[in-house]
Amino acid sequence: MTALLATSGLTAFYGDFQALFGVDLAVEEGEAVAIIGANGAGKSTLLRTICGLLPAPSDRIRYRGAAIGSLSPADIVSRGIALVPEGRKLFPSLSVEENLLMGQQSGRKGPWNLDRVYTLFPILKERRRQASTSLSGGQQQMAAIGRALMTNPELLLCDEISLGLAPIVIRDVYGALPGIRAGGTSLVVVEQDINRALALADRVYCLQEGRVTLEAKPASLTREQIKLAYFGV
Amino acid sequence: MDWINGILQGALIGGLYALFAAGLSLMFGVMRLVNIAHGDLIVFAAYLGLVVVQTLGLSPFVSLVIVVPTMFVLGYILQRGLLNFTLGGDILPPLLVTFGLSIIIQNALLEGFSADSQKLQAGNFETASLHISDQLAIGWFPFVIFLTAVAVIALLELLIYRTALGRAFRATSDDADTARLYGVRNRHVYALATALSLAVISIAAIFLAVRVNFDPASGPARLLYAFEAVIIGGLGSLWGTLAGGVVLGVAQAVGAQLNPGWESLAGHLAFLVVLILRPRGLFPKLVD
Repeated sequence: MTALLATSGLTAFYGDFQALFGVDLAVEEGEAVAIIGANGAGKSTLLRTICGLLPAPSDRIRYRGAAIGSLSPADIVSRGIALVPEGRKLFPSLSVEENLLMGQQSGRKGPWNLDRVYTLFPILKERRRQASTSLSGGQQQMAAIGRALMTNPELLLCDEISLGLAPIVIRDVYGALPGIRAGGTSLVVVEQDINRALALADRVYCLQEGRVTLEAKPASLTREQIKLAYFGV
Repeated sequence: MDWINGILQGALIGGLYALFAAGLSLMFGVMRLVNIAHGDLIVFAAYLGLVVVQTLGLSPFVSLVIVVPTMFVLGYILQRGLLNFTLGGDILPPLLVTFGLSIIIQNALLEGFSADSQKLQAGNFETASLHISDQLAIGWFPFVIFLTAVAVIALLELLIYRTALGRAFRATSDDADTARLYGVRNRHVYALATALSLAVISIAAIFLAVRVNFDPASGPARLLYAFEAVIIGGLGSLWGTLAGGVVLGVAQAVGAQLNPGWESLAGHLAFLVVLILRPRGLFPKLVD
């Protein structure tokens, strides 16, 4: 069986600076995968490369067996991979609802629409006419997740969706993920909060300086192993 | 009464400057591209109208049916074939390339049409007027120009604030990379913005060509008026741009009443005054 998403020997560069050194990663259909690692380990770079924002050799990223590395972000999202970007990146000139509607630009059909996002995050319905900048951090994160869901993804990539949020708000945001998964969407979650990541994921990867230093099922992991993979000491 | 007539006329002609400016504003708004060749593209469209009128024997206003779609397509090709390659982090390449384009268009027009000034004829309509009282009259032609400007700006506002393409325009303007993540094909969106811009200015170009003489070197002054209308109105606001056009038109009319040679000067002075008193324009919208 081919994996839903597989990268093999994936490299990425910012100009002369190499950020990824041959990353092998696989996500099976229906799976939730967590990627942990310190700041600058290449987690966000990995997600941005998968989404086509950074160039990659075509066959280094395969989705349902097809080489997608050289496709544009618009083509990749229309195949069913959506990113919730780090820092939320809502469009400040657009209202909350307009931000959600941006997800429909991909033209991908599926079960997600405004009503369903509003059912998942009722607060967004109350605030739908407001400027996206008027939302609290947690609400902005919900809007960012909702916007990605509006593309009807098969694979949802979440980049640090707990960043800068209060613990109780993080619980609300993470509370939405199991329901999304139950709808058949596979998940990749990049997370600094290791406990969060381990609780959610079927498998976990640890990145360190652009390389995979650990790949395991959370249950089989010890603190020592994680520490070693995380810091390399 | 001469004064009131002059000012009224100037306000209506402001619609023409607003049309020049709306195209400039649209391109800058969507992709932060300052198009130095904007005025020359207006003059190019005027010559296109001239060719259509002369070869097909149409009236100038009917020629819009051909000129507007042609300029729309040219705009799309211009953006995809050339200007897209100049976009990036640096603001200098688009300035240099459109500056070069401006020179190329001026010289190509000079080569093709000579330096003789041209004008489109719209017969009696040019001077027909609506008499409001014995002493007060509004020219039909300036009135139509103004109404067209209002209609075009209303349509652009609808497009920008009520349609999926408009959302893509605004989202791309906010953050092009993030917009791409949700399926916006930014090269295509940029090309549509330029296409729309050139479609709008070709309407303005035909009005210009009916109103005054034009020649291959007329472009830069039109660019200047467009810039002034945009800045007076405030960046990012199309209705503000209309107000900017009206301020410019009125100032020119007042200047012309004082001394026929002061028409342009008065417009530029009004621009400077606004820049000093309200550096962000009358109705600023952009935050950054």
